[in-house]
Amino acid sequence: MTTDSTDILTTALDWKQSGKGVALATVVTTWGSAPRPVGSQLAVDDEGKFIGSVSGGCIEGAVVTEALDAIADGKPRLLDFGVSDAQAWEVGLACGGKIQVYVERLDA
Amino acid sequence: MKREILEQLQTDRAEKRPVVLATFLKTGEQRLLYLVGKKGLKDLDPRIGEAARAALIEDKPRTVDTEQGSLFLNVFNPPLRLILVGAVHIAQALVPMAQLAGYEVIVIDPRSAFGSIERFPGVQLSNDWPDEAMEKLKPDLRTALVTLTHDPKIDDPALIAGLKSDVFYIGALGSKKTHASRIERLTAAGFGADDFARIHGPVGLSIGAKSPAEISISILAQMTAALRQTSAPASSAAA
Repeated sequence: MTTDSTDILTTALDWKQSGKGVALATVVTTWGSAPRPVGSQLAVDDEGKFIGSVSGGCIEGAVVTEALDAIADGKPRLLDFGVSDAQAWEVGLACGGKIQVYVERLDA
Repeated sequence: MKREILEQLQTDRAEKRPVVLATFLKTGEQRLLYLVGKKGLKDLDPRIGEAARAALIEDKPRTVDTEQGSLFLNVFNPPLRLILVGAVHIAQALVPMAQLAGYEVIVIDPRSAFGSIERFPGVQLSNDWPDEAMEKLKPDLRTALVTLTHDPKIDDPALIAGLKSDVFYIGALGSKKTHASRIERLTAAGFGADDFARIHGPVGLSIGAKSPAEISISILAQMTAALRQTSAPASSAAA
């Protein structure tokens, strides 16, 4: 995560400096076979454009939606994804892992 | 997250400073934690400080429970570095192996006939004396130091600089006899048992290594153990 998060944070700061609303999502806990390790990050701008990943592409859609809400109201959020294999499939964690994602707005 | 925190974090990363971003998951309150110098750890619950240190050393983020709820510690470590002192035959094997394992490699040798760019293409080379070179490189806890010259004039200043720093691994090539006289010299220079315990000498895991490549494998394996295992094996080979 040392190298790939450089670009994510740099991009987040660039977006902010160009006047966009920006949120950061970070994997804070994983159980089982989660696709991305704790500390993995995703940056989202106010148009829903994003860079980075918090899963193998499965829950990014849901995270981006929450990130847009966080950009709007400024409140940080702690999101839980996954549980059973069946539900995992539904939200997109096909491997059956569980992850917790922290979403925060980048303030001025 | 406050923009000024992100900007500071980016500065720390650019300057290769290990840093932990601590976030209270309930309130979103955040701060940056540093191990050495700078403000940060003094007014902090010592348990948090320890967890932050462990997170940096193991390069693994974690959550700690505090009175104000869960505190998430995200780790932003600079890239791994290997400082090799002595542009000798073993270095020619160890350099590409360490690069494959993800290390940025720096070779120091004040003897310009050894430390020439032709022998080490694509490597950061320094012909400074090791104490000056080490001062410039600012070794940290993501840095390993290996001395390969057997020459006290060259190895000792590097070892002394290494012992004064946070490097996660120190290896010194040389037989048991060489190592014993090295310990004598370092004792005279004011170092003690705790310091000597940090030096792997003779360097490398005991795998019967003979050729420069095999010795490099034993050194890189020992470095990996020191990096990834909390209690690294101290067993050494007569490399």
